[in-house]
Amino acid sequence: MDLRLPSKVLEHILSFVDSNEDRNSVSLVCKSWFETERRTRKRVIVRNCYAVTPEAVARRFPEMRSLTLKGKPHFADYNLVPDGWGGYAWPWIEAMAVKCPSLEELRLKRMVVTDECLEKIAASFKDFKVLVLTSCEGFSTDGLAAIAVACSNLRELELRECIVEDLGGDWLSYFPETLTSLVSLDFSCLDSEVKLSDLERLVSRSPNLKSLKLNRAVSLDALGSLLRLAPQLVELGTGSFSDKLDQEAVSKLSQAFSEMKELKSLSGLWDVLPEYIPLLYSVCPGLTSLNLSYATVQMPNLVELLTRCSNLQKLWVMDLIEDKGLEVVASSCKELRELRVFPSGAEGLNDTNVAMTEQGLVSVSEGCPNLESVLYFCVQFTNAAMITIARNRPNLKCFRLCVMEPFAPDHKTQKPLDEGFKAIVERCKDLQRLSVSGLLTDKAFEYIGTHGKKLRMLSIAFAGDSDLMLHHLLSGCESLNKLEIRDCPFGDTALLENAAKLETMRSLWMSSCCVSFGACKLLSQKMPKLNVEVIDEHPLETRPDSSPVERIYIYRTLAGPRLDMPEFVWTIQKNPEIGVSHLAIK
Amino acid sequence: MSESVAAEHDYIGLSMEASQMSDNKTKTRDNNNNKNDDVLNFKATELRLGLPGSESPERVDQRFLPLKSSCPVSGAKRVFSDAINGSTKWVFSPGSATDVKDIKPAVPVKEKKSSAAAAPPASKAQVVGWPPIRSFRKNTMASSQSQKQGGGDNNNSETDGEAKSGAEPCLYVKVSMEGAPYLRKIDLKTYKSYVELSSALEEMFSCFTIGQFGSHGGCGRDGLNESRLTDLLRGSEYVVTYEDKDSDWMLVGDVPWEMFICSCKKLRIMKSSEAIGLAPRVMEKCRSRN
Repeated sequence: MDLRLPSKVLEHILSFVDSNEDRNSVSLVCKSWFETERRTRKRVIVRNCYAVTPEAVARRFPEMRSLTLKGKPHFADYNLVPDGWGGYAWPWIEAMAVKCPSLEELRLKRMVVTDECLEKIAASFKDFKVLVLTSCEGFSTDGLAAIAVACSNLRELELRECIVEDLGGDWLSYFPETLTSLVSLDFSCLDSEVKLSDLERLVSRSPNLKSLKLNRAVSLDALGSLLRLAPQLVELGTGSFSDKLDQEAVSKLSQAFSEMKELKSLSGLWDVLPEYIPLLYSVCPGLTSLNLSYATVQMPNLVELLTRCSNLQKLWVMDLIEDKGLEVVASSCKELRELRVFPSGAEGLNDTNVAMTEQGLVSVSEGCPNLESVLYFCVQFTNAAMITIARNRPNLKCFRLCVMEPFAPDHKTQKPLDEGFKAIVERCKDLQRLSVSGLLTDKAFEYIGTHGKKLRMLSIAFAGDSDLMLHHLLSGCESLNKLEIRDCPFGDTALLENAAKLETMRSLWMSSCCVSFGACKLLSQKMPKLNVEVIDEHPLETRPDSSPVERIYIYRTLAGPRLDMPEFVWTIQKNPEIGVSHLAIK
Repeated sequence: MSESVAAEHDYIGLSMEASQMSDNKTKTRDNNNNKNDDVLNFKATELRLGLPGSESPERVDQRFLPLKSSCPVSGAKRVFSDAINGSTKWVFSPGSATDVKDIKPAVPVKEKKSSAAAAPPASKAQVVGWPPIRSFRKNTMASSQSQKQGGGDNNNSETDGEAKSGAEPCLYVKVSMEGAPYLRKIDLKTYKSYVELSSALEEMFSCFTIGQFGSHGGCGRDGLNESRLTDLLRGSEYVVTYEDKDSDWMLVGDVPWEMFICSCKKLRIMKSSEAIGLAPRVMEKCRSRN
């Protein structure tokens, strides 16, 4: 009796399995399940664009409709990855244009995207619907025009914090009159002014428009007319909120806001003047997400706003909110899940003008039972505060504390912050992401290694004493997937001893540590399934094995060494001295 | 030549922070840059959000000093990657900027911190990529501040604040090239003539023209063939154009150098075929000026 599930039945079952993690498990059961799964997967996510070749992905998933790619390592956000390192979108787009012309959605993060890429997308994918570029660079508004003019079924065009060569605002005018399918448009990172009449017409003919994020150049006046055309918006990113309006315009704008019954997410608010805050009161009760991180609004004005946001789940704000403001959040925003507090100070360091301390976060941890994700920039912190926070919120999943002064100890006891972080990893058993800062010894990492069993991503800077630190982490954190370290005093031993661990992780980044060139060579030889990249802008003429490298980026890959490495990236395949012959590139 | 060199950070979009960041190159053309020994200090200011020229007093945190014997650092970290050439051929003539600072590398630290008795007062020293705030955010905040203080100069939030600062220490313009994956930024003040500018551009963009296929996929080629690029640039294939104050695109080289650097807002290297339309406008402009 054939006990195998007929593939048609399996296909039907799989159509209900959305999560790629589950699908990955399905594909491991047996060959026929692998085949059925791969032929039915529509949404493919590649979290390291160099881990696999585009051709391999296209071959495995012929029915792919949506592709998500990530390029540069996370620390590229902080200028630690030199320009020209890589992360080019072109090879992927070129390959998919041929092998996967039915592709509808492309989501890229930290990749280099050129105008040619955008033109290729516009020309190759007939049913292209979604383009989301996050922290990408390399293209201009001309590329956007190409997308606008050609993608007749475009649903989403989102540019999130991209660096775009802004040649003007006329790209928007290229959306044809026949395009009525727009659901989401985000051009908040662009500088130039777009033609208001074209934007208004676009909004008017987009009945499905749910998300609109304007750039700073869109005036407050213009906002009013746009809102009247799109009261159904669920997500709104305003433009500049600081023009002087006359009384009539203000009341019209207020009216427009009060008509927006569906609004759940509000952002933008650049330069918002205090007198305009009341305009937002009518939408506050419905908001689940509020991004004030560019709103240089001082505390007293914030309070009135926040007390009305009783359904808020996500709040991004600057430290202008102060401890007092965070207390208000703690008492008013009981549904809060995610809090991010960014520094407002000009230097980001040691700005004593702002009255925000560790107490603010403690208050929120006390008052908000659903708080699970925290990013907190603060000048200094204490162990006691972290212990309290851990006790209050064992449900934390993401805890990123940035004590802005490197090596800052507990400012009350002058001790290292080891005990604080120990409490966090001990109590928060589901913690998946952790960023540590302040004065930390090896002990802190022993605690993390012992308790951080679910930890997937860990970021470390200016910490630790010795190799032990790395050893604790690599041997202890079973779920560790991404580790990024800068300016920590450890070197080769721990790395080589735990080399096998690296194949179980997506990537490891180390910069300004004491890893020697010799260790990198050895690691490369030992671990052929890893790409060990030494990124060194100032290599010595001859590289003795003992010389430290500036940066090392190690990631597992099925694709072998990459073909687009710039001069300053070294891998073992480039080095004839070792006697390793250049590998044949399949 | 004793002053440190100014260099720009070509991470796209970086603005005043970029302009204030300088770079010590270990090997310069003249090889006489001895500022490297002073590289111990964290004096770079590339993460500033304040206006250029607004400097904080520098107190170097002793803990940042490297133990040179144990962890030799091969010189200041250069953030702009001269990757393609693999050498430091292009060098900006020093002494150009008043807010030039030494960039310190992010130095590996070997000292034991746990024995910190009285921690020294918080240092104002700044470090690459610290605190970890995204460039986009830094640029946006910087531009917001400069708009507020600059009295409503709304013409851009490109945050080329250095151009607004009045003292004109640097003159950064973006340089783009067709087919190149990303922009560069250069400081026009560091060149004295079109010839210098042209050779700098050639070096910067050589990788993008060598082998046209490389223009998309990156530039991993060894053996830079400069003469080929020179042929390309000086021949008929590429021309350098610039956008002037009136937002017109002009061919580079038509006006006297001094006039050029005053009016140039950005540069673009484009194929000659695309630039054909520019010539008549140049003529008109010259006529209207005369």
